[in-house]
Amino acid sequence: MNDFLRPILIIAWKDVLLELRTKEVVTSVFMFALLAIITFSFAFEPSPQTLVLVAPGILWVAFTFAGVLGFNRSFALEKENDSLDGLLLCPVSRDVIYFGKLLGIFFFMLVMEAMLLPLFAVLYNLPVLDIKLLLVAALATLGFSGVGTLFSAIAVNTRSREIMLPVLLLPVASPLVIAAVESTRATLDGATWGEIGRWWGLLIAYDMVFLIVSSFVFGSILEE
Amino acid sequence: MTNTSSTTPTAALQVRALQKAYGLKPVLRSLDLELSPGQRYVLFGGNGSGKTTFIKCLAGLSRPDEGSIAIAGMDTRRQGAESRRMVGVVTHQPLLYEALTGLENLRFYGRMFGVPNLEERIKTVTAQLDAARFLSARVHTLSHGMKKRISLSRALLHDPALLLLDEPETGLDEEALGLLDRVLETTADRRRTVLMVTHSLERGMAFADQVGVLSGGRIAYQSTTRGLDAAAFRRTYHGLLGAAQ
Repeated sequence: MNDFLRPILIIAWKDVLLELRTKEVVTSVFMFALLAIITFSFAFEPSPQTLVLVAPGILWVAFTFAGVLGFNRSFALEKENDSLDGLLLCPVSRDVIYFGKLLGIFFFMLVMEAMLLPLFAVLYNLPVLDIKLLLVAALATLGFSGVGTLFSAIAVNTRSREIMLPVLLLPVASPLVIAAVESTRATLDGATWGEIGRWWGLLIAYDMVFLIVSSFVFGSILEE
Repeated sequence: MTNTSSTTPTAALQVRALQKAYGLKPVLRSLDLELSPGQRYVLFGGNGSGKTTFIKCLAGLSRPDEGSIAIAGMDTRRQGAESRRMVGVVTHQPLLYEALTGLENLRFYGRMFGVPNLEERIKTVTAQLDAARFLSARVHTLSHGMKKRISLSRALLHDPALLLLDEPETGLDEEALGLLDRVLETTADRRRTVLMVTHSLERGMAFADQVGVLSGGRIAYQSTTRGLDAAAFRRTYHGLLGAAQ
């Protein structure tokens, strides 16, 4: 395995091991998203037509805010004993640390989504287990995890990080969330691959731009 | 790992005109320092004199505003990852993950540094520091002194050519301090360059080949310990602390 990929996997595995011990990230993220989806399912009683309009928003609101919780917890674990400094002492470039943290967070988000999507399908009676929708979820989650990792690193050194993170992250992530909601709606509405192409384009472009830019600026953020 | 076996004449550490400020408050003002391989340098200084900031700059945790740092000839800005491979750092915090065991922490750092024969190396280092007996416990269940021993093991695991110790005596009992001294005195470790920052004049002078006093953001006084009059040095030190305040 090459020198770039190996430490990324070591960092991500360390985060998985930490999560297996603490169960803080997946539990908090899953519970929040589950509660949001259940609450909305009681709040609305839409017709089948309006359900397609409302459900994508509910799904992505749940994923987005649950994700913010997860990002906060993931970096809070790095602040205990200044473990983040320990990572920075390692002989790897800062972008390796960024991609390692990103991979861990991306994995936790996917686990949460894999648990919630079947529940969502049952509660809202929608065919969400569709290959197009799963690809949308993967692309949007990757981009969201990418900016989330960056802004968590910024917020973790502030006094009120729980407040700072959503304030910083959500405006930047809004194009991604909008693209995710629109492509989910179009998929549920039976759109073809070509019809949702522009939203896919936005998701892919967003992912590429933010992953590259974030990996470059991550080091400057972490060093005092 | 053979970092310490290098016989290159290159300075182990070369610091030139280092400057660092937090906001408008300058902490380090054009600080120069050069250490040769195997040298033991102890830096004294009062609270807020910039000792920890200096260590953080050397370790790559803090970005200097001006100046340069070279470790074994490698510029820490241009060759950050390579230069960090040569450095072991012990700070006030143990830099360990609380939810993992000591062994899992050491395995993680060992893998990140690419330590060969990792399990064997962990056994050797933790045995030297008498830390092996609590390696299977999760870090959050350990006392401060136990964490510190694992932290020292972490710093020595990759056999660094340069060891940075920021007040290592904090949280260590006399027995653990004795173990640390013995580890640093072994034949292999006598080749290692050590820069220690401490408040303890007795301990620092007993350990060092050369001592310095950080005051006003610069090394205001520097001397070899051979033939150094302890009482005179103490007066100089307190004089510089008083002048800085």
